[in-house]
Amino acid sequence: MKLSRPIATIATVAGAASIAIIAAGCSAPSASGGGDDGTVELTIATFNDFGYSDELLQEYMDENPGVTIVHNRAATSNDARANYFQKLGKEGLADIEAVEVDWFTEAMEYSDLLAEVPADAEGRWLDWKEAAATDGEGRLVGFGTDIGPQGVCYRSDLFAAAGLPTDRADVAALLDGDWDNFFSVADQYTAATGKPFIDSANSVLQGIVNQLETAYEEPDGTIVATENPDIEDAYTTVVERAVPISAYAGQWSDDWFASMANGEFAAMLCPGWMHGVISGNAPEVAGWDVADVFPGGGGNWGGSYLTVPANGANVEEALKLADWLTAPEQQVKAFVNAGTFPSQSAAYEDEGLTAFTNEYFNNAPTGEIGINRAEAVTVATFKGPKFFQFHDALQNAVTRVFDGVEDASTSWDTWVTEVSAF
Amino acid sequence: MTATATRLDESAPDRPLRPPRVISFSQRLSRWDLRVSPYLYISPFFIMFAVVGLFPIAFTAVISFMDWDLVRNSGQFVGVDQYAWILGQPQFWTALRNTFSIFLLSSVPQLIAAVVIAAMLDRNIRGRTFWRMGVLVPFVMAPVAVALIFSNMFGDNHGLVNQILADTGLPAIQWHKDAFWSHVAIATMVNFRWTGYNTLILLAAMQAIPRDYYEAATVDGAGAFRQFRSITLPSLKPTLIFVIITATIGGLQIFDEPRMFDQFGRGGAAQQWLTITLYLYDIGWGQWNFGRAAALAWILFLIILIIGLINLLVTRRLVRGEGRRTP
Repeated sequence: MKLSRPIATIATVAGAASIAIIAAGCSAPSASGGGDDGTVELTIATFNDFGYSDELLQEYMDENPGVTIVHNRAATSNDARANYFQKLGKEGLADIEAVEVDWFTEAMEYSDLLAEVPADAEGRWLDWKEAAATDGEGRLVGFGTDIGPQGVCYRSDLFAAAGLPTDRADVAALLDGDWDNFFSVADQYTAATGKPFIDSANSVLQGIVNQLETAYEEPDGTIVATENPDIEDAYTTVVERAVPISAYAGQWSDDWFASMANGEFAAMLCPGWMHGVISGNAPEVAGWDVADVFPGGGGNWGGSYLTVPANGANVEEALKLADWLTAPEQQVKAFVNAGTFPSQSAAYEDEGLTAFTNEYFNNAPTGEIGINRAEAVTVATFKGPKFFQFHDALQNAVTRVFDGVEDASTSWDTWVTEVSAF
Repeated sequence: MTATATRLDESAPDRPLRPPRVISFSQRLSRWDLRVSPYLYISPFFIMFAVVGLFPIAFTAVISFMDWDLVRNSGQFVGVDQYAWILGQPQFWTALRNTFSIFLLSSVPQLIAAVVIAAMLDRNIRGRTFWRMGVLVPFVMAPVAVALIFSNMFGDNHGLVNQILADTGLPAIQWHKDAFWSHVAIATMVNFRWTGYNTLILLAAMQAIPRDYYEAATVDGAGAFRQFRSITLPSLKPTLIFVIITATIGGLQIFDEPRMFDQFGRGGAAQQWLTITLYLYDIGWGQWNFGRAAALAWILFLIILIIGLINLLVTRRLVRGEGRRTP
């Protein structure tokens, strides 16, 4: 009897501990299997805002009686990334998992753990979007959702003050051409006003690297990062020409957000989703506009895929839902909901997209501009599993030069040392 | 009679032993209870610790000798390669330097301030409870919230601190570019949060010092400062050792503040404020290289162990030395 209290204590604590362990280990809702009566509960996990509203999902449930969809939204893509790789190949992932292009290359390393996209959906997407989701054995494992075709956002009032054209067609004509032309215009602006032309030097690096066929790795796994002359050129161009005309080294800092409203710079390289960032951080500012142009050809930044883990409980049903969600009609609805620009060529005929204008950007036809910008993308940069490690380190190198911590050649050498250890 | 006598005879020598034998089971039980119960009472912690503490530590040691693939849950034995790789990285040594720099910049001023503030609060002041609760308020705030607010204040161009500096005609400080100043900024966040906590612990220790000492010292004509130096400080010895050791362990594992210091959370373009734990996190959760991350975790564990021991020895000697000087 005397032992009962400690035993009870142990039991309680052990019980609590095991609950805690279970809670920690399996906190994500596991996919529930399909019942015998033909009802299926499908889980879909996304992040930020994919534009998959409850109404859109309800449409599918109405068309397919017996299917219930549970939608889990993680706050950020980073949360989703951590969750994805902890559970991939094991248990606990949703039937459909969204993957952002930033870590999609890492997921492609495990393409054998993902279910293949049905053959009839193939060819729906822009070539480069589809190519990036096809593995070495030719299996397409990602349903493309959105892309980030880049144009140039500019402040027409600041352009006017510097004696540059303000109409979006004239600005497009002015900036049309290669990066050299872009930097000349930038130098002109900086000379006239004494202020930086664009927001960040690393966004230029991003733009240039995304126009290369080969960046840091080759498809066979050979690492060419430090020998690739294109990368060295890109770096030299950025530190010599972009750093002097940039307000900041990188984006997303507190200072950078604060500067968007106060006219510190006049232009930004601007994927579709950046429009919301600008209008959200500078709601009072009139004068932002979008030009249908991008230096050196087209450029894409960002976008996502849906993947179906192959060991899920309802792979067949999940593939059907992912197929439906990424069909052009649904993707246009998602664009209207959340501004996610469709990656399906058929969607570009859709009235909902072609007729779309953005009031904040002086009523610019951002739908039409996005279509033109997406079609201007001709090169799909090969991104190996370590692309973002290399790229991040190179961005750091640019930042060091920008901050004056190291000079251009020292910073390049530091990068070479750093990446040779990867 | 004979039988009875015999029985009595037989039992007679047993008599003194017999009562213990009759209650021997319950007595043994209670003796057993006395001996084992304490261990049972504390066992929940140790069982918990074995499950959620020891096992991960041991598993980390195993992984640190492997090239580990998190997704496929398998690894290849590579010996001490991961340790060699870590020690060969210039970033590791920068991170080590930063960790110690931030640790010193935070712990030393923090403990001095905590002792002084505690001594102030130990005196008879008006609204004592208010002041005592007041010092603990920063500790209640979530570290990430503190880091967010301070990171905003320490902005290079639009930060509050630099604006004040500009208003007073001083040059702006490049908080996110210069390594030393980034350490100062991060140490400020740590100090803001932990000074009050340490103050309260030291205050509790000060209140436990018998007041007779002070009365006697006053009678002997010792002033406030002399009393503080000769009575308060030596009496705080055990508490100071505790506070210094916890501050060391916490300081060497500093993570939240440098992580929130810029938008990327990877310690700056030139690793200006990269700390060991931040580096560990990036290798593990940024690059998914858990073999290297595990090796770094063990290196950090050993560093903390060594520093903790040095700390203990030095603090003991230091505080004991002051104790001897007391008349």
